[in-house]
Amino acid sequence: MLHKMKVKYYKYCFIFLFICAFSNLVTAQDLVKGKKIYATRCLVCHQADGGGVPNMNAPLDGASNVVGNNISRLVSIIKYGYNEKVALDGFYYSNAMTANPDLTDADIANVLSYIRTSWTNKASKITLAQVQVVKRKK
Amino acid sequence: MKTIKNIFFIALLAVTAQSQAQNNAGLKLPNGFKATLFADTIGSARHITITQNGVLFAKLMYPNKAGKSIVRLEDANKDGIADKTTGWANYGGTGIFVRGKNLYATSDNDVYLYQLNENDEVVNPLSPKTIVKGLIARNQHASKSITLDGQNNVYVNIGAYSNACQEKDRNPGSKGMMPCPILDSAGGIWKFDGSKENQVYGDGKRYATGLRNVVGLDWNTATNSLFVTQHGRDQLNSFYPTLYNDAQNAELPAETMYEMKEGDNAGWPYVYYDPYQKKKILSPEYGGDGKKEGGENAINPTAFFPAHMAPNALLFYTGNQFPEKYKNGAFIAFHGSWNRAPLPQEGYFVAFVPFKNGKPSGEWEIFANGFSGLKGDEKVKNPRNAKARPCGLAQGPDGSLYVSDDNKGSIFKITYAP
Repeated sequence: MLHKMKVKYYKYCFIFLFICAFSNLVTAQDLVKGKKIYATRCLVCHQADGGGVPNMNAPLDGASNVVGNNISRLVSIIKYGYNEKVALDGFYYSNAMTANPDLTDADIANVLSYIRTSWTNKASKITLAQVQVVKRKK
Repeated sequence: MKTIKNIFFIALLAVTAQSQAQNNAGLKLPNGFKATLFADTIGSARHITITQNGVLFAKLMYPNKAGKSIVRLEDANKDGIADKTTGWANYGGTGIFVRGKNLYATSDNDVYLYQLNENDEVVNPLSPKTIVKGLIARNQHASKSITLDGQNNVYVNIGAYSNACQEKDRNPGSKGMMPCPILDSAGGIWKFDGSKENQVYGDGKRYATGLRNVVGLDWNTATNSLFVTQHGRDQLNSFYPTLYNDAQNAELPAETMYEMKEGDNAGWPYVYYDPYQKKKILSPEYGGDGKKEGGENAINPTAFFPAHMAPNALLFYTGNQFPEKYKNGAFIAFHGSWNRAPLPQEGYFVAFVPFKNGKPSGEWEIFANGFSGLKGDEKVKNPRNAKARPCGLAQGPDGSLYVSDDNKGSIFKITYAP
């Protein structure tokens, strides 16, 4: 009896984990889509190596903000742009960031996932759900 | 023991100096020219200026590790390597210019005047005179470059805080504002009295307009006029992919040099200069399609260069050390591009344009290359890979040319010694 219950428990556990995994899954295909968005929209300023341009365009590779946990800030910057001098890891960057109002939430999740796992970055991928919870603050 | 140590130290210095002399501090130069690494790691050295005694001052973009933002370098034993480094001030900025014992330096908002003594040491490091204050600085193109004419007037670049004067800067589809309201207080060169204190916009004069961002400027004593080098606009392909592809964006618009007489207009933001059509082309934000011309009231460039290379310093050579062809010609320090990606970057060198009778007399050429530290002819792919980025130029009293780098904080000294 006890043995049977244990099996059942494991089964539910497994199903639960399975659902969790899939609802949060960012597939390899999503990363390919993210890379494509990066190449057409981001690369010109942030560069192919994610290194940015000293004093002008902030680096994405190894940047504490980019691999950090403030996801809503990252989403907002991509959606609405950014036009303030930004301090990042001891340096300042002055160029205005272009807004991307036409990117879907899925696009933003994909490009952020690509950025957070490329070059030397090893941060978590960003799911659609994480982007969807971010509302425009302005 | 001490003597042995000293001998060893001197020998080491000699070897270092010799190997440096042999490889010209890593630079590639025309035949007969040599370079030394005059100074290293002094901080983000933007513009530089040299007194008649050969003392060099560098303005740093940020205070360096010692907390100083103006660095004084002296080469007392005249071996081509600075042996005395001091500094003061704690504000970042780009502009610095010495005339006699008056040393002008800029923050992003103000122009200050320091007094030097007979040894070219600063007398009032903590209490400079404020010559101009309250200039606009809104992140983009905020640095203030300066030069003086022969009448003690200071010319200040006030860069446009915008790429192309769109309603929403750098946003796709956003139209250009007509007329561009930025031009009232930025996007041009302002002229102030070099000796009057506490001047504001109203005390100065908008000397020239239609300039997106000038970092290099110099008073040409042969023509008795102001010359500037403009940073052209970016992102034609990002915002107008149907009109411009990556390759076209990499070559458009030209970086330009202008002779700016009082009241001149160089056309920004309404037009850009196309180096292939050799025309002023209407900006797409103002209805342009890559072919329509515009800028009827705007002047043409004196010289033009490949796109996005960022001409950060301009210097008309008046020395007697270099061969005759360099006399009164223009040296330009190209900081190096970023907006050519995904194509390889360009610039990261010092170029030369020969002049005769106040006009260019030949094609521009690369004078000093190799600042990026890459092997052979390898191009910079990503800007952060460049070891050094040329940013400032100055001519020593003996006619040597100095080049500053704001990445690693190097100062190169170039001499002619065939």
